[in-house]
Amino acid sequence: MSEQVIDLKKRRFLTNATSVVGAVGVGFVLVPFLSSWMPSARAKAAGAPIDVNITKLEPGQLVRVLWRKKPVWIFRRDAQALANLKTLDGDLADPNSTGNSKTNQPTYITENHRAIKAEIAVIVGICTHLGCSPTYRPELGAADLGGDSWKGGFYCPCHGSKFDLAGRVYSGVPAPTNLVIPPYHFVSDSLIQIGVDPTTSAS
Amino acid sequence: MDNNKNWIDQRFPLTKVWNEHLAEYYTPRNFNFWYFFGSLAMLVLVMQIVTGIFLTMHFKPDAANAFASVEYIMRDVDWGWLIRYLHSTGASAFFIVIYLHMYRGLLYGSYKSPRELIWILGIILYIALMAEAFMGYVLPWGQMSYWGAQVIISLFGSVPFIGPDLLVWILGDYAVGDPALNRFFSLHVIALPLILVVLVFLHIVALHTVGSNNPDGVEIKKNKDKNGIPKDGIPFHPYYSVKDIVGVVVFLMLFSAVVFFAPALNGYFLEHANFIEANPLKTPDRIAPLWYLTPFYSVLRAIPPMFGSQFPGVVGMFAALLILLALPWLDRSKVKSIRYRSYPYKIALGVFVLSFVILGWLGMEKVTPVNSILARVFTVTYFGFFILMPWFTSIGKTKQVPERVTE
Amino acid sequence: MKKLLTITTSVFASLTISFNVLASSSVHLDHANTDINDQKSLQNGAQLFMNYCSGCHSISFMRYNRIGKDLNISDADVEKNLMFGDKKIGDKIIASMSEKGAETWFGTTPPDLSLVARSKGTDWIYTYLRSFYADKSRPFGVNNKILVNASMPDVLWELKKNKSAEDFDQEVRDITNFLDYVGEPAKLVRVDLGYKVIGFLFILFILAYLMKKEYWKDVKYGKWRAKD
Repeated sequence: MSEQVIDLKKRRFLTNATSVVGAVGVGFVLVPFLSSWMPSARAKAAGAPIDVNITKLEPGQLVRVLWRKKPVWIFRRDAQALANLKTLDGDLADPNSTGNSKTNQPTYITENHRAIKAEIAVIVGICTHLGCSPTYRPELGAADLGGDSWKGGFYCPCHGSKFDLAGRVYSGVPAPTNLVIPPYHFVSDSLIQIGVDPTTSAS
Repeated sequence: MDNNKNWIDQRFPLTKVWNEHLAEYYTPRNFNFWYFFGSLAMLVLVMQIVTGIFLTMHFKPDAANAFASVEYIMRDVDWGWLIRYLHSTGASAFFIVIYLHMYRGLLYGSYKSPRELIWILGIILYIALMAEAFMGYVLPWGQMSYWGAQVIISLFGSVPFIGPDLLVWILGDYAVGDPALNRFFSLHVIALPLILVVLVFLHIVALHTVGSNNPDGVEIKKNKDKNGIPKDGIPFHPYYSVKDIVGVVVFLMLFSAVVFFAPALNGYFLEHANFIEANPLKTPDRIAPLWYLTPFYSVLRAIPPMFGSQFPGVVGMFAALLILLALPWLDRSKVKSIRYRSYPYKIALGVFVLSFVILGWLGMEKVTPVNSILARVFTVTYFGFFILMPWFTSIGKTKQVPERVTE
Repeated sequence: MKKLLTITTSVFASLTISFNVLASSSVHLDHANTDINDQKSLQNGAQLFMNYCSGCHSISFMRYNRIGKDLNISDADVEKNLMFGDKKIGDKIIASMSEKGAETWFGTTPPDLSLVARSKGTDWIYTYLRSFYADKSRPFGVNNKILVNASMPDVLWELKKNKSAEDFDQEVRDITNFLDYVGEPAKLVRVDLGYKVIGFLFILFILAYLMKKEYWKDVKYGKWRAKD
C-alpha cells in the first residue's frame, strides 16, 4: 500500500462537514445558556400589571409605585399646571412627541399633556439619559431651575436633565428624549391598571 | 493570517505551544479504548465549570432559600432544568470517567517510572474532586445533602483531642446549618475549581514532559528515527484530536441519554430523599453518600470503633485513599502493561477491582451482620492489594516485552 | 464497540432492577401506570387536585399560569376552573388553609406536594390514595395501610362512593399523573428533546468517525510508520 489511497479531497470535505455540524451543535448548546438570562417566571409574575387606587390623590400630589422594578409616578395636575404646559413648547426638545420621543409612549397617548385623562399623569420615573430617577419639583419659579421660567416638572440630580409636568424633556439637557409613558388604562374612575393597554371597547 | 501569527509569536509562544503540545507532540500510535478518558475528563471539567457558572447565577447559598432556589432553577428559569441536569449528571459522569481513567493507569502501569508525578498529581486531583463533589451535593439542601454533610463532617469530630473543636470550627455552628452551606458554596464554586484547574494543568505538563504510556508499556522515546521523532509516535494533532472527537461524541450520546431519559437514574445520580428539604429534626430512613464515595464510606463502616472512638475508621477511610499515592513504589514489576504481567498480578488486580466495586455497593446498602462481614473482608483485600504488592509483583513469570509497540 | 454497548445497557438494567427490588422490599405498592403525555389525564388531575387537595396542600413551586401553559388550558379557563379566591395568574399555588388552622385541625401541617412524586414515587401516591379504610380509633374515622396513622382524612371518599372501582382508580391515576408532572414540569419536554439531541449527535458521530478513519489512513498505510 502506498500513500496514493489517501484522498485529500475527501478528507477536506469530511473535516469541513464535521466542523460545520459541530458548530451547529455548539449553536444549539448556546440557546439554553443564553435563554437562562431572560426574565424568569418569577420575574414575569413580579412584573405583572399592578392596580393603583387614585381616589385620594390630591392635585399636585405624586405617588410612586413599582412596576417591573421601575418607579412609576402617578400625579394629579390641576388646571393651572395643564395650562402652563402649553406655554413651554419653545423650551422643549420634542414638545409634540413626534420626533425621537415617538416610541416612548403608547400610540393611544396623542395629546401634548401625554395622558389618557389630562389631569392624571402616569409616567415611568426613569431619566432617558442614563437611568437615574429624577426628583419631583412642582414648585413654580424654583430659583435653582431657571427662576420664573420654571413651571414645575422634574429635575434629574445625576446629570441635570429637566422635564416638564408631562415628562417632556427640555432642550439643551443631556437626556435625549421625553420620559416613557407605560401602558395603562382606567379600570374605573378611581383605579388605574399599569401594564395593560386599554381595550378598544373601553377606550 | 501569517502576519498576525508572526505578530503574536514575537510576543507569545503560540506556534511553539501548538507544536510542542499538539502538532509535534508525538503520541504512541497504539492507543486503545481506554485512552479516551483523559480527554473526556477534560471535557466534563469544562462542562461542569460552564454549567456551574450559570447555576450560580440563580442559586441562593442560604439555608432558608437554597432548596427553593434549586426548584426555581428547575421550573422558573428558562432552560434551567437542563443546565441543572447537565451539572448533576456531569458530577456522576466525572467520576465514571475518572475511575475508568485510573483503571487504565492500573492496567498499563502508567504510574510507573518515569510517570510517578503524573500519578500523584492525578490522585490529588481525584481527592480534590471528591471534596468538590461532596460540597456540591450539600448545596441543594435536601435531606441527603443535609444528613450526608452531617455524617461526613462528624468524622472530623472523632479526631483525638481537637475533634469537637475542629468540628465546630468547620461548621461555624454547632451543627450543619447556614454557615456550613455558605462556606461550602464558596469552596465549591471558587476555591476547589481553581485548585482542580491548576492541578489539571500540572498533570498535563508532567505528562507532556515524559510522554504518554501505551497499552504495551513500551517507551516510544527509546526508538527514534534520524529526525529524533519516535518511530512508534504519531502527532497528537490531527490523529488523536480527530479520534478523541469520536470518543467525545459517543460519550455525549450516552451522557444525553441519562440527562434526557433518566436524570435521577433511579436515585443513583439524584437521590429520592434529596427532593425533601433539609430537616434537622428527622433523618431519612436510609442515608448513603452518592455512589462515587461509597467504597470509602464502606471502609469507614467496616472498621469497628476502637477505644471508644470512631477515629480508626476515619483513619482507615483516608488511608484507603492516600495509599494510592504509594502505588508507584509498591509495584516492583519490571513490566508495565497487563499484557506482559505475571499471573499473580493479574489475579490481584482482579481481586482489587472486585473489592472496590463490592465496597461501593455495600456503601449504598443498609448495615446488616452479613454486610458488615463482607465489608470487612473486602476492606482487607482492598488494603491487601497495596500491602502485598511488593511481593506479588516480584513473583511469577512475566512475558517478554516487545521492542516496539504492537498493533 | 458492540461489546461496549452491551456492557453499558446491562449496567443500566442492573441499576434499575436493584433499585426496584430495594424500593419494593418494605410495602407492596400498586403500579400507578401513569402517562405523562396523556394531556386529558393531566387536565383532569389538575382539576381534581384543585378541588380536593389544594385546600390543605400547597404545590408552592408551581404557578397557575405554568400549569395553563403546559397543560394547554387558557388563562381564562385556569382562572375560572382552577383558581379559588384572590389569586393572580402568575402566583404560586398555596393552600388556602392557614398553617395555624392546619395545626388545630390535623395536629400537623399538611406537606407541600410539589415534589412528592420525586421523593416518594408515583406508585406510592397511587397506592396511598387508594388505601384508606375505616378505623374508629382515628380522629377522622379512617386509617391508611401505606402510611399508618396518617393525619389526613379520606378526602376522596365521595368519589370512591359514587364511582365504579375502575373509574375511581382512573381518577386517582389522574391525580398521580398530575403530581408527577408537578414534580418535574420539564418531564413534558425532555424526552422528546432527548431523541432529537441524540439523533443530532448520531449524525455528528458518523461524520466524525468517517473523518477519523480518513485521517488514520496515514497511520495505517505507513506515512507515520518508522522509515527503516
